[in-house]
Amino acid sequence: MRSARFTAAGGLEATPAPPSRLRALGGRLVLPISAVVAASLAAIPLIYLVVRVAQADGSAIVDALWNARIATLMINTIGLVLAVSSACLVLGVAIAWLLARTDLPGRRPWLVVSSLALAVPSYVAAFGWIATTEVRGFWGAFLVLTLCNVPLVTLPTIAALRLADAASEDVARTLGRTRWRAFLEATWPQIRPASLAGVLLVALYVLSDFGSVALMRYQAFTWAIQVAYESLFDRTLAAVMSVVLAAMGIVLVAAERRMRGAQARMGSTVAARTQPVPVALGRWRWLAHGGLAVVAALSLGVPLGALARYLLLRTETSTAVKTGDLMADALSTVGLAVAGAGAALALALPIGILAARFRSRLATATESASYLGLALPGIVVGLSLVFFSLNVAPMLYQSIWMLAFAYGVLFLPKAVGAVRSSIVQVEPGLEDVARTLGSTPAGVWTRVTARIAWPGIGAGVLLVALTAMKELPATLLLRPTGTETLATSLWRLTSGAAYAAAAPYALVLIAVAAVPALLLTREVAGGKRHPEETL
Amino acid sequence: MTALRPAAVATVALAALTLSACSSADSDKTPTPSAASSSSGMTDGTFTLYAGRDQELIDPLIEQFESDTGVSVDVRYAGSTELAALLQEEGDATPADVFLAQDAGALGAVAKADMFATLSESITSTVPAGFTSTDGSWVGVTGRARVIAYDSEQLSADEVPTTVAALTDEKWSSQVGIAPTNASFQSFVTALRVLEGEDAARAWLEDMKAGDVQIYAKNSPILEAANAGEITLGLINHYYWYRMAAEVGAENMRAQLAFPEPGDAGSIVNVTGVGLLKGAADDADALQFIEYLVSEAAQQYFVDNTYEYPLIDGVSAPEGLPALETLTNPELDLSDLDSLGETTELLVDVGLL
Repeated sequence: MRSARFTAAGGLEATPAPPSRLRALGGRLVLPISAVVAASLAAIPLIYLVVRVAQADGSAIVDALWNARIATLMINTIGLVLAVSSACLVLGVAIAWLLARTDLPGRRPWLVVSSLALAVPSYVAAFGWIATTEVRGFWGAFLVLTLCNVPLVTLPTIAALRLADAASEDVARTLGRTRWRAFLEATWPQIRPASLAGVLLVALYVLSDFGSVALMRYQAFTWAIQVAYESLFDRTLAAVMSVVLAAMGIVLVAAERRMRGAQARMGSTVAARTQPVPVALGRWRWLAHGGLAVVAALSLGVPLGALARYLLLRTETSTAVKTGDLMADALSTVGLAVAGAGAALALALPIGILAARFRSRLATATESASYLGLALPGIVVGLSLVFFSLNVAPMLYQSIWMLAFAYGVLFLPKAVGAVRSSIVQVEPGLEDVARTLGSTPAGVWTRVTARIAWPGIGAGVLLVALTAMKELPATLLLRPTGTETLATSLWRLTSGAAYAAAAPYALVLIAVAAVPALLLTREVAGGKRHPEETL
Repeated sequence: MTALRPAAVATVALAALTLSACSSADSDKTPTPSAASSSSGMTDGTFTLYAGRDQELIDPLIEQFESDTGVSVDVRYAGSTELAALLQEEGDATPADVFLAQDAGALGAVAKADMFATLSESITSTVPAGFTSTDGSWVGVTGRARVIAYDSEQLSADEVPTTVAALTDEKWSSQVGIAPTNASFQSFVTALRVLEGEDAARAWLEDMKAGDVQIYAKNSPILEAANAGEITLGLINHYYWYRMAAEVGAENMRAQLAFPEPGDAGSIVNVTGVGLLKGAADDADALQFIEYLVSEAAQQYFVDNTYEYPLIDGVSAPEGLPALETLTNPELDLSDLDSLGETTELLVDVGLL
């Protein structure tokens, strides 16, 4: 990594430097301009939808939207989003608190175990629940989506708890607050942005998910979009429905922004940032172990158990699995996910920095635009990029590059959120000090801002890679003809009812996705250093 | 300087991608969009196929075709409906030469977008009318019968209803599984409308809904539900059972199949088919593949491996299945089943879609 950075730097230095005044002006414009470019790229799906809707017949739109059926589907989706988001918030913050602020033995292994749920694709989890239990419908969808998404709240909350100043909670305690009220008044405001950013990702995922709600036979709004494509072959109607979904996504983004509020910075002096004294759980620790074990059993045990059962069901007539194919699929899955994470990072950096450092309309608009991809079903984003690619860059159509770009657009919010919240954590005062000590703006970025924010940004990149590995609908549409990933092979085998042959692919996918999931926990657990100490 | 870190990441990504691209490049070459249209009237030894059918089932057939003819096929697999949507999105720029689909609806959608070239009489005449398009835009390849899957632990074969009308009986309340989004189910509803009339079809759907009919996304979960005893009866296509039996062993199958009585809307036969994209109208390789699909060799392959009904003369149906003729309803012309729009409207109206 280090040598690559040097190579890149050398390459840059080789070009002649522009006069410094021009450079300063350019420097000031580079950020907003690149943020606007990145946001426009992220808005491709929306532009596509507007083009499609513009072609629609007005009365057909009204007919399609104004009926009891759509209302029911919408209420179903809103109910599921609210239920899963609330459950993830409560469960995620509780787990984070247990793992970051108590003396619970084995916190590190528990962190690893509770993060591994991220490696399980929600459609595999749903399949596991269906194969082994009788849970269906709302509760089935609720369980699967909650269990798969809790780490999205747990991880950023732990990171925020590690960075948060515990002294103010101690002060609140000495002033006579109960532990609960002290947490709510002193600590919660400090971790709220991180926790809510996680909840937003969960909510958008639930909004756009089709695979697991379809398996659970819960008719959410994405069902209506699928019907428009599948039964009516009506792209226009599908676009109209997708606009409704996008609007719901924008409402969620706006709601999160209101609830997030300003980042609370308490106690910025080094002296105040002492290691917090862990809360002694006493006998309660058995309850904590039990609770964590139940969550782990439900989120990992059930899907893995179902897969193991199908592995054991293999007979001679079952579809054969070639190890070579499995390895090739794993390799292309990793390669594409890394490329997708790179694309997401490139788009996310300007948007995230702008959102973290400037409270302007432009910052708000670019950040909101970046969240669109996550609110839309993969098939809509996939088709929009088919449209974009054929009209703008036909050379790249059905190439790995367009697919990587699609991952970047789809999962951009995960990277933007990470970039924004990591940079928000860097106290602007530090940058000012570095400036007064004679550093150039670029020097401040590399020596101060990026250095402190990098672990958080890296976590976002890992999260994108992890999600890209599990992505299916856009991959099916955009992959180069003949290229297989673990997810597409899994789809191919399960649609042919070859469950026994699909099981190894699902297990390898979980194993491969576990790598970034584990790295994520390392990033989080490594957050012990305080920003000041890294200087 | 801001660009340094992304540049580093991009370098790593590039390296990783190049690696993975190399690993998969031996089996395929990415076709350029223009490759398809460049070969007017000639053979360039290759063409691109969009296949909306299972890869496990189609791959061996394509390998056979490749070794027989020396033509190499670039296959893109996805769901039939997704590919139909993709083709509509791509329009004339599509890299595809041939579209192989699992149902007539997906082929009809592409035909309606005027993207298919008309097939010659010599191809379309191999398949009996009613199992192929009326205008030569695509040709039928195999037939798939609608059947009732039942849980053999709860029911004996003679207790299974022989008509779909009997399914609305109160004793099957919350016991029946259907897949309203599935194209084959919708064809069945269309047949019901054509055979029994609009009002009867609506009444049947409303009664089923009132009887708490269980909604599934596809055929296979219905079969799994019946196999697990979750539901007693389910409306599916016949070959799902044979495939699942091949995977887990026929003796392990709890679900069994029953064929509704001939003439009942519940016993219609749907078709899979193939069409030639306009840009490939003169592509001899693509045409050769379509001819191959309606040849004896390919039809026999489908019988042996996918348990579907062959559609050409001289190839007989899989063992254990009632003959295609007994399922064919003289009162029903399958070309009448193109009123899919009205069917989906009815399903939406009733509240099943």
